[in-house]
Amino acid sequence: MTTGEPLIVLDAVNKWFGPLHVLDDVSLSVGRGEVVVVIGPSGSGKSTLCRAINRLEPINSGTITFDGQPLPAEGKALAKLRSEVGMVFQSFNLFAHKTILENVTLGPIKVRKEKPAAARERGLALLDRVGIANQADKFPAQLSGGQQQRAAIARALAMQPKAMLFDEPTSALDPEMVGEVLDVMTSLAREGMTMVVVTHEMGFARHAANRVIFMADGQLVEDAPPNEFFENPRSERARDFLSKILTH
Amino acid sequence: MNVLIDKFDVFAGGFWLTLQICVLAAIGALILGAVVAVLRISPVPPLRAVGTGYVNVFRNMPLTVVMFFAAFGLPALGSNADFLRVPGLEAIFSRLDTDLPYFRFALIALVLYTAAFVCEALRSGVNAVPAGQAEAARSLGLTFGQNLRYVVLPQSWKASIVPLGSVIIAMIKNSALIGFFGVVGDLSATADQLTGAEGYAFIPVAIGISIGYLIMTVPLGALLDRIEKRQAVAR
Repeated sequence: MTTGEPLIVLDAVNKWFGPLHVLDDVSLSVGRGEVVVVIGPSGSGKSTLCRAINRLEPINSGTITFDGQPLPAEGKALAKLRSEVGMVFQSFNLFAHKTILENVTLGPIKVRKEKPAAARERGLALLDRVGIANQADKFPAQLSGGQQQRAAIARALAMQPKAMLFDEPTSALDPEMVGEVLDVMTSLAREGMTMVVVTHEMGFARHAANRVIFMADGQLVEDAPPNEFFENPRSERARDFLSKILTH
Repeated sequence: MNVLIDKFDVFAGGFWLTLQICVLAAIGALILGAVVAVLRISPVPPLRAVGTGYVNVFRNMPLTVVMFFAAFGLPALGSNADFLRVPGLEAIFSRLDTDLPYFRFALIALVLYTAAFVCEALRSGVNAVPAGQAEAARSLGLTFGQNLRYVVLPQSWKASIVPLGSVIIAMIKNSALIGFFGVVGDLSATADQLTGAEGYAFIPVAIGISIGYLIMTVPLGALLDRIEKRQAVAR
């Protein structure tokens, strides 16, 4: 599971949106192959935390290190770092003017300069892996939400990333499509992918996570293995949160 | 109304000259406007400031003043805008190559002024592309240029085409000013010539000139409507 130096390290990270202190002195490290699930009430800063790791949200103070290197500012170095960190969004964000296969091969061809034929072949294999190979030539709008999100996961995997960030990947899905996306994520976790997952899926947190992070008001309140967190939350806020979501 | 038939060659000559400057100015404004738009959306703050400064200056200054600056400022700086005497191009657009520089000055003024509006029309298209598209592209490691080229611009031109058409139509009508800045013989200047020097009644002449402008603007508007309809189906 966790070996050697951690892959992602956040040290005393602060971020404000105007007067709102959205990340309040957050420190966290994620080991290689570790699956960390981030939960918490809305507005707690968990999405911002996830997006800060590949600098889609710049931070105001503190440091973020990925694979031993501090996050670069702008430019080519940042683009290279982002190519090594896969990201899956709540609203899929597939390129609307490109087919599913083109979505998956754009990064490898343009960023990694792979030969189109090789990128295509691997793209098709990835689409097959997430179970939508037969949708390769369709446009995103022709697919269901669950299929789109699986395509988005394939697009991120096509870059052969060192880590994957998931920003509420199932929150925009109809309930019957949540399972198919979580299945893909679970199999990724089993294969040893380093993952940071912001989600409200407590089932996924229980069975796939190595650690659960609980955030509230921009602060990292708890950091514990899933069993410990769900059976024995230490903080009042976590107990309160769990009682609200687990009673229904 | 005989003037329309008797002086058809004068109208036709004016039409041809106005069409020439409009074609050249449209090409120039589209290119310069695209460059300014890229500056305005670039991630580098000084470049953004340059783009914003450009738009603020040229969008807010009357075209007449820009024309004055071109017609009097450039000679004061010692330039006859000879860089516009492009070999090949002047074979079609003969006025580019005349010794009197006013056609070139007027062209520069029209391009500078219109580019500010082109920039904003392009930018409104870029803003119409959901932010998530560019975010996804960035998260894959695409650079700013690749992001624009492969993800944002292919989706944004659809939203730009209608405002862009309005800008070009406005530019064609704005070109009527050039006759007052030393350009001899464009469509609106034919009014001066025919009513002043040759004593024709104004209204028939004005009708003739209007027809000339409508021949340029109406088909352009119709073309834009067609393009827009075709996209509506594609969507």
